[in-house]
Amino acid sequence: MSQIETFYEVMRRQGITRRSFLKYCALTASALGLGPAFVPKIAHAMETKPRTPVIWVNGLECTCCSESFIRGAHPLAKDVVLSMISLDYSHVLMAAAGHAAEAAMEEAMETHRGNYILAVEGNPPLNEDGMFCIVGGKPFVDKLKRAAEGAKAVIAWGACASYGCVQAAKPNPTQATPVHKVITDKPIIKIPGCPPIAEVMTGVITYMLTFDRLPELDRQGRPAMFYGQRIHDKCYRRPHFDAGQFVEHWDDENARKGFCLYKMGCKGPTTYNACSTVGWNEGVSFPIQSGHGCIGCSEDGFWDQGTFYDRLTNIKQFGIEANADKVGMTAAGVVGGAVAVHAAISALKRAQKKTQDKVEG
Amino acid sequence: MSSPTTNVPAHDVAPEDLATVARQTSVYVYEAPVRIWHWVNAAAILVLIVTGYFIGSPPPTMMIGEAYEQFVFGYIRFAHFAAGWVLAIGFLGRIYWAFFGNHHSRQLFYVPFWSATFWAEVWFEIRWYLLLAKEPKKYVGHNPLAQLAMFFFITLGVSFMIVTGFALYAEGAQEGSLTHDLFGWVHGLTWNSQRLHTLHHLGMWWIVIFMVIHIYVAIREDIMSRQSIVSTMISGTRTFKDDRPD
Repeated sequence: MSQIETFYEVMRRQGITRRSFLKYCALTASALGLGPAFVPKIAHAMETKPRTPVIWVNGLECTCCSESFIRGAHPLAKDVVLSMISLDYSHVLMAAAGHAAEAAMEEAMETHRGNYILAVEGNPPLNEDGMFCIVGGKPFVDKLKRAAEGAKAVIAWGACASYGCVQAAKPNPTQATPVHKVITDKPIIKIPGCPPIAEVMTGVITYMLTFDRLPELDRQGRPAMFYGQRIHDKCYRRPHFDAGQFVEHWDDENARKGFCLYKMGCKGPTTYNACSTVGWNEGVSFPIQSGHGCIGCSEDGFWDQGTFYDRLTNIKQFGIEANADKVGMTAAGVVGGAVAVHAAISALKRAQKKTQDKVEG
Repeated sequence: MSSPTTNVPAHDVAPEDLATVARQTSVYVYEAPVRIWHWVNAAAILVLIVTGYFIGSPPPTMMIGEAYEQFVFGYIRFAHFAAGWVLAIGFLGRIYWAFFGNHHSRQLFYVPFWSATFWAEVWFEIRWYLLLAKEPKKYVGHNPLAQLAMFFFITLGVSFMIVTGFALYAEGAQEGSLTHDLFGWVHGLTWNSQRLHTLHHLGMWWIVIFMVIHIYVAIREDIMSRQSIVSTMISGTRTFKDDRPD
């Protein structure tokens, strides 16, 4: 395999002169508050540092993450793939197929051992020794483990890799398992969503390349800069929520006026993602803006939180149509009834005792 | 003990009352902090239940004006959060008082699990409530069954509601806030906060069930047992209706 292009080589290939390149280095140094002595250092790093190799593997998934990724606009996905990273293996985007493709992956893993980023789209099913997902003639779980061995870090793309998504919804017949439960000895960054927002995907990669480390992660391992707030916290319909103005039916006047979709089961208040700030398709819209509640696709087990259209989750243990209110009201009703009966019997007993006392007394 | 009988005007006492009036028949049980906490706590719980129910199932849309002119759901949530803080700080104060108050102020916080007599008396109380025992025993503080119920419904129940409630509150307060620092870890247990919402909601009904039982039993025992119950939480003193031991 040929030497990986450095950033400098990529810039030269894109028609940037050496003079412009050095100006760029000087500007970068002053922007970072560094002295003139750092200019040659930055230039040297740009000239010698190879682009980060990325191996992108696909398990049990629907390729919506890839579809989202190639629509990235800031930065453009083509710039990420062709200039910023060295995408050495990807089902969807590579020209090679079959044995040639698998050979490319083997080679990349060998050459860049300990240096490449493993991007995982989808997850491995563990049931039946992983036979529910075969890639290149082998169970995906084996391929994933092998690829993770030499990886510097692992990116878990989408709800599948992060949490399991639809294939892991109850009863999860294939035992689809999120990446962090299979790979336990590598730093894993979760980029949940079904799919994740394109700009979030490219943004995370850009961050990792620029600073050569993982972005700050939250408790669940998601980059805090994109998953630090709920959809609800930045929702442009939030004033209607606080006012108590809700869409009551899909076809009512309130829906036309763009009121809050809380009562229609919007999961914005429990979903951490950047939809209400970044938007989709270059910021054109996002589900709530289009008049439909958030379905919480970037949250753990979002398929198992009842229907998308109920505010209160159905609790299956108490029957298909029971939510916390129905369970609670039933229990309180039973207790209330028991209390009434008990009170009646107590009163009768007391009356009986009084009569007896009188007779005996 | 000196006899205060002479201080009672004769026209106020029937001859058969004299024997009782002559003796001190009340014990000071619930000190002022305990009583104040009880009623503040009761009020906070009432607000929390009503507003909490509405947060899960909001009232019908009201059109007082444009969104910037009304704050209906905002006030409901504000009342919930404010009452939640009152409940939590009150509970902390109550824990503090368990260390410095009298013996009865500690009863709420433990179950004498290894005491055989405790369980024997729990069994006796169950028989009393099943109308199998002819006559209840006298207790200065909680009876053993009541202590058990208080522990599970209030000590554990309210603790659960405080912890889950603040964890949900922390979502709005966001990372870096005090509540997030203190209670954000709860989300590490449930992950999807929709689950935490459901658990918190079920917790409300746990408290509602407690309220139904608590109020019924307090009134019933006030009438049928051998001691005062309801007024004790107002005046602090427990009065007994007879002189027989046990």
